[in-house]
Amino acid sequence: MRQFITAYTLIDGFKCMVNGRLLFYQENILTFADFIKALYKQEQVNYPKFYKMDALGKLGFIASELLLRNKDFKLYPPELTGVVLSNSSSSLDTDIAHYETIRDREHYFPSPSVFVYTLPNIVIGEICIRNGIKGENAFLVSESFNSELIAGYVTDLFSRELVKGCLCGWIEVLGNRCEAFLAWVENQADVAETKPGMFNPVPFDAEHLKLLKNQNDR
Amino acid sequence: MPQRILVTGYGIISSIGNTVQECYQSMISGVPGIGRICNIDTVLRDELIVGEVKRTLPELLDMAGIEPEEGYSRNTVLGIIASSEAFHHARLHENRQLSTGLISATTVGGMDRCELFYNDFLTNETRNAYIDSYDCADSTERIASRLDLTDFITTISTACSSAANAILLGARLIRSGKLDRVLAGGCESLTKFHLNGFNALKILDQKPCRPFDKNRAGINLGEGSAYLVLESEESQKITGNKPICELKGWGNACEAFHQTASSPDGVGAYLAMKKALELSGLKAADIDYINAHGTGTDNNDISEGKAIETLFGNRIPMVSSTKQFTGHTTSAAGSIEAILSILCLEHQVIWPNLNFSEKIDELNFLPVTRLITGEPVRAVMSNSFGFGGNDTSLIFTKI
Amino acid sequence: MEELIEKLKKEVIEQLNLEDIKPEDINPDSPLFGEGLGLDSIDALELIVLLEKNYGIKIEDPKDGKKIFFSIRSMAEYITANKK
Repeated sequence: MRQFITAYTLIDGFKCMVNGRLLFYQENILTFADFIKALYKQEQVNYPKFYKMDALGKLGFIASELLLRNKDFKLYPPELTGVVLSNSSSSLDTDIAHYETIRDREHYFPSPSVFVYTLPNIVIGEICIRNGIKGENAFLVSESFNSELIAGYVTDLFSRELVKGCLCGWIEVLGNRCEAFLAWVENQADVAETKPGMFNPVPFDAEHLKLLKNQNDR
Repeated sequence: MPQRILVTGYGIISSIGNTVQECYQSMISGVPGIGRICNIDTVLRDELIVGEVKRTLPELLDMAGIEPEEGYSRNTVLGIIASSEAFHHARLHENRQLSTGLISATTVGGMDRCELFYNDFLTNETRNAYIDSYDCADSTERIASRLDLTDFITTISTACSSAANAILLGARLIRSGKLDRVLAGGCESLTKFHLNGFNALKILDQKPCRPFDKNRAGINLGEGSAYLVLESEESQKITGNKPICELKGWGNACEAFHQTASSPDGVGAYLAMKKALELSGLKAADIDYINAHGTGTDNNDISEGKAIETLFGNRIPMVSSTKQFTGHTTSAAGSIEAILSILCLEHQVIWPNLNFSEKIDELNFLPVTRLITGEPVRAVMSNSFGFGGNDTSLIFTKI
Repeated sequence: MEELIEKLKKEVIEQLNLEDIKPEDINPDSPLFGEGLGLDSIDALELIVLLEKNYGIKIEDPKDGKKIFFSIRSMAEYITANKK
């Protein structure tokens, strides 16, 4: 059985696209913090825990929220929904913040809530908590987005029937530089009928992952 | 019939020994590796006890044959020492026509050096070699480079389940025919960074940790590295390596409860163990021993305990945690404890759950409190649960 | 005491990243945990850090936190009694 990408989010710099359509772009935004907050507010997400997350958490959470908020999870049992993410900086952005709290031996106040995020896979935890997802989850670190590895890993999960739906992609943030590409993948049999104006599902493979990730807005 | 995954090599360095044989000796003798911090200048030095590898960085570099100028962090050197032992055990330098992958897990990456030099990197250029070593994947790349492994390389970073996930991914890649052999495991050195971080979460015990004890008070952190060599049956026929045991089942699930705490019923742990059991084709009654994640925190032990009771019902296997010996080695725990579990199969022993006095009220079983010999050990389950709710369980069986 | 309570409200909002909440939204006698602001165990640890950082008061056992951090007022009373 084949799998298809039926939805995807692309965030590059401070621009956000969903399914190839521009969702958010404000010229005067200069920082990641302002960007992600503005996007959160524009989309009326309403999830106070968002504010406690670190940058990687916020980016992954919003990128996934844009795909999953209207999803009918009855089709995808929680134990059969997976999340496979990757990036190159791991949790470096938050590592720096944590280090700042322990750098000075005189003024020494490590923050538990910052430390919690010094692991790249916590963002997966946040996504799963929000959506009640309990399936396989993995976080891989590589220099750049490895479409073959992600496609291979996720296709394998489907072929073993370990997942019926899977969120996969790349979530990277360091300082004010951010990049996110998340794809929602499901079996061909579960793909809903495409209505006019809707995103046309594409086959799930390394080729198409690369294509979508490198796309510019139409 | 799916390809069997055979374990044909192993290598380890930890607070209880610098090789598999040394670690086994410590375990059999009941001698833990927990003590005062020697290798890190931290404000917590007199407060905490840890499971440190008993070698300074210069000594480790010397063991690994690495020059100090080359920019290797303690973490990477630990990885090189352990992976080399496994590599040579399984003779991965032979039969190069077999596709061989490296999957390494770590969280700290090059942190142990970078945190020392961070303040003056901009003004002091003598330590620039360490800047690039910071990234998690750098340790993997250096191991790959030293061992000349080029077919497939990746790094996993999922907190305390990382190394177990590396082994899980390795098994999958072999079973799907993508690789013939995999060197899989993890490395993690102690750092001020995470000593302070865990301390801020107030989950560290200043005394020797007491997993599954009613009065447990938290974790003793540890460091180390361990790798397994996994081979397909076809590969093993070619290499002629004597299999140590079989990796029979594996499972991963997400808790979806809290960033760092497990649910009271241990749903994630239950799902991971159940998946591993189903994949293995074994029944719950076939599992002789569980090497628990058993960190000694209030939360984990009760959560994991409940999950074990739910899955195993009336017939709970022998259970112990070995973190009282090694410390909680975080990203390396999955592979370090996999090897300790495999040693149970090899030597037909069950490790004791040290420092135990009183049962947890909410649980119905007691952990094993002395070294058990003379009981058949045919199937062992090893659990590793990470922050973020990433839960993994592995099952090894005797051949 | 009222001045300390107002100051604490702002400090708690900042320390816990409660961005959508304003000081006037917090009732000083309402429980902080459970229903109230929906704080969790990590927030409790952050409040321990707040006490040490801003008031020099060290809490060794997180379990003591339950009483101390019951409400903004109980925090203020504890600080008044223990401030160095």
